[in-house]
Amino acid sequence: MAKLSIHDLDRISERVKRTTLLREGAGRAKITVHMGTCGIAAGARKIMNTLMDEIAERNITDVILTSSGCAGLCSREPMATVEIKGEAPVKYVDLTTDKIKRIFEEHVLGGKIVEEYALARGSERMS
Amino acid sequence: MNDQVQEQNKYRLHCMLCAGTACVSMKSLRLKEVLEEELKKHDLDKEVAVVLTGCNGFCAVGPIMTVMPDGIFYHSLTEEIIPHLVEEHFLKGRPVKKLMFTPPEEEEVVPKMSDIDFFSRQTLVALRNRGLIDPEQIDEYIARDGYKALAKALSEMTPEDIIEEIKKSGLRGRGGGGFPTGRKWEFCKNAPGDVKYIICNCDEGDPGAYMDRSIVEADPHAVLEGMAIGARAIGANEAYVYIRAEYPLAMKRLMLAIESAKEYGLLGDNIFGTDFCFDVNICHGAGAFVCGEETSLIASIEGRPPEPRQRPPFPAQSGLWGKPTNINNVETWANVPSIINRGADWFAGMGTETSKGTKVFSLVGKIANTGLIEVPMGITLREIIFEIGGGIPNGKKFKAVQTGGPSGGCIPASLLDLPIDYESLNEVGSMMGSGGMIVMDEDTCMVDVAKYFIDFCVDESCGKCSTCRDGSKVLLDILERICHGEGKEEDLDLLEELSAAIKDGSMCGLGQTLPNPVLSTMKYFKDEYLAHIRDKKCPAGVCKALIQYCIDPEKCTGCTLCMRRCPSSAIVGEKKQPHKILLDKCTKCGICRDVCKFDCIIVE
Repeated sequence: MAKLSIHDLDRISERVKRTTLLREGAGRAKITVHMGTCGIAAGARKIMNTLMDEIAERNITDVILTSSGCAGLCSREPMATVEIKGEAPVKYVDLTTDKIKRIFEEHVLGGKIVEEYALARGSERMS
Repeated sequence: MNDQVQEQNKYRLHCMLCAGTACVSMKSLRLKEVLEEELKKHDLDKEVAVVLTGCNGFCAVGPIMTVMPDGIFYHSLTEEIIPHLVEEHFLKGRPVKKLMFTPPEEEEVVPKMSDIDFFSRQTLVALRNRGLIDPEQIDEYIARDGYKALAKALSEMTPEDIIEEIKKSGLRGRGGGGFPTGRKWEFCKNAPGDVKYIICNCDEGDPGAYMDRSIVEADPHAVLEGMAIGARAIGANEAYVYIRAEYPLAMKRLMLAIESAKEYGLLGDNIFGTDFCFDVNICHGAGAFVCGEETSLIASIEGRPPEPRQRPPFPAQSGLWGKPTNINNVETWANVPSIINRGADWFAGMGTETSKGTKVFSLVGKIANTGLIEVPMGITLREIIFEIGGGIPNGKKFKAVQTGGPSGGCIPASLLDLPIDYESLNEVGSMMGSGGMIVMDEDTCMVDVAKYFIDFCVDESCGKCSTCRDGSKVLLDILERICHGEGKEEDLDLLEELSAAIKDGSMCGLGQTLPNPVLSTMKYFKDEYLAHIRDKKCPAGVCKALIQYCIDPEKCTGCTLCMRRCPSSAIVGEKKQPHKILLDKCTKCGICRDVCKFDCIIVE
């Protein structure tokens, strides 16, 4: 291993950035894939895997990927919620790998909601 | 760039599993194996990473795991629950409520670590990376601005600038004395001589204090980086870490950290291509309390018996092998990189007039949330004990808190609103010390506490000064007499006079502070001493010679439990009839009181 220069510190930080951001719970966007029994049966795992691949291939560091339980609308699974920091969350339904790829490209990276796949804007209120 | 860290970029969840000494002793390393097996079973091993971290701080509820990025905090984990946890949370995305934390006296769980009072009220500087990085991966330290302060110190600052910045920050020694760090460095820098040494004191000997161990376990590079910056400022090229042999995990991580820093050229010759060369050696301490004292520690590294010597000359003038030497403890060193990175003003913005920044305290004894906390100086004891510490368990009343280890003092409930800094603790007869806080409830006898700490010092006195060696023994004899009901009222004056003599006549900090527990308990709990001496009673029911166990016949249901458990067959009685304790057979072990379900054992 060659000795580090001061510049190398930033290079290392950059490469570990995704890990660092994830550990700090900080990200520009958060995608939640609903992984209840219904979601998994309808193919939520495939959606999750596609998103993981997209993130790895494009070397995205500021998007957090997480899972949660059934969203309550089991007939429209697989579902995912996209939340860009500072904006209302958007729920997408009846997902396929192609649809989620488009959502990732246009909404998560581009900031433009894919209206035709979206169910609603906003999230249920917690009492 | 190592592969493991590169791999981790791909995971969507990181399970930050605590592998500090406390959680490791609760089998957290085994949990890692089980977790990984289960993840594999569900084909989640490429999505969810298990990362071993240093001590999380909330040691009372270990083993602990925080799941990021959501920050879900799980505690008291067992092997058996792991399959359920993996299936529910990691597969189905339903965090498991029953493993989450419920604050004492509340009913609702608090899922997120950042919402739990124990954590949310802390300010982390020395512990900034705890639980967030794998201490064995140097890249993870670098990613959290690690070694940036060293780069700054070497490329943009002169040694004078560094010292000025540390002086301006107001950082004071975190090991006990509280001497201003910047001035200490300046003395050493200005001392004549071309060979100088840096020493890191990790000989943490106070009963109940474990912050230095925890920092080295959770973030060893922070200590190394701080030392390198200090070495640059002072003009030293070699350092020693004096670490207790009882800290094997800390030692292992420190050795690994030194190795990886060397590989990266962050230790060794011409660091960052400059003319600065710096090496760190490890020296194992054999567990003598007096080695926490600078001159004894130096003697121990040199291979001599650890006895303190007269100062001056101070180590800054003539220390290790007669060369100018600067000693700071682990926590002090760990603060240094943050001060250089974020500036003296940021650091000095926290704390009180005389004590800046934060301090790590270990919260132990009769307290709900046992653990390690870092809080701004100037916080009150009440906030620490009741808000962060969760108060006294089992509905008992707070009686006193011992700060500063065996040479500190006991602070009573009437001073709970005292803002804590070096000066305020000294004023009330205690001290900051290394930051140990032992909380005591109403069942603690203060004479017995004083006796315990003096007993500790009798064992640990190196024997060089007669006031400390013999004086402590006489203090112990008197306290033992009082606890046996053989005390006289003159004893109180004698204790005070003798304490003053020990303070005056001893050379090092051990002897000079050893009478503090006696003096502070006599000052704040004189009634208890008098009860022992005049009434031959121990109000807390601790001193065996002064108490009797008996059974309340009104409350006793005759369940026979105490009778069956009594090791000396001192309890007699018929089933469903009130039992009796035979005083001539009773050894006052207290087992009957512990096992009684109806609270009918009376101690008077």
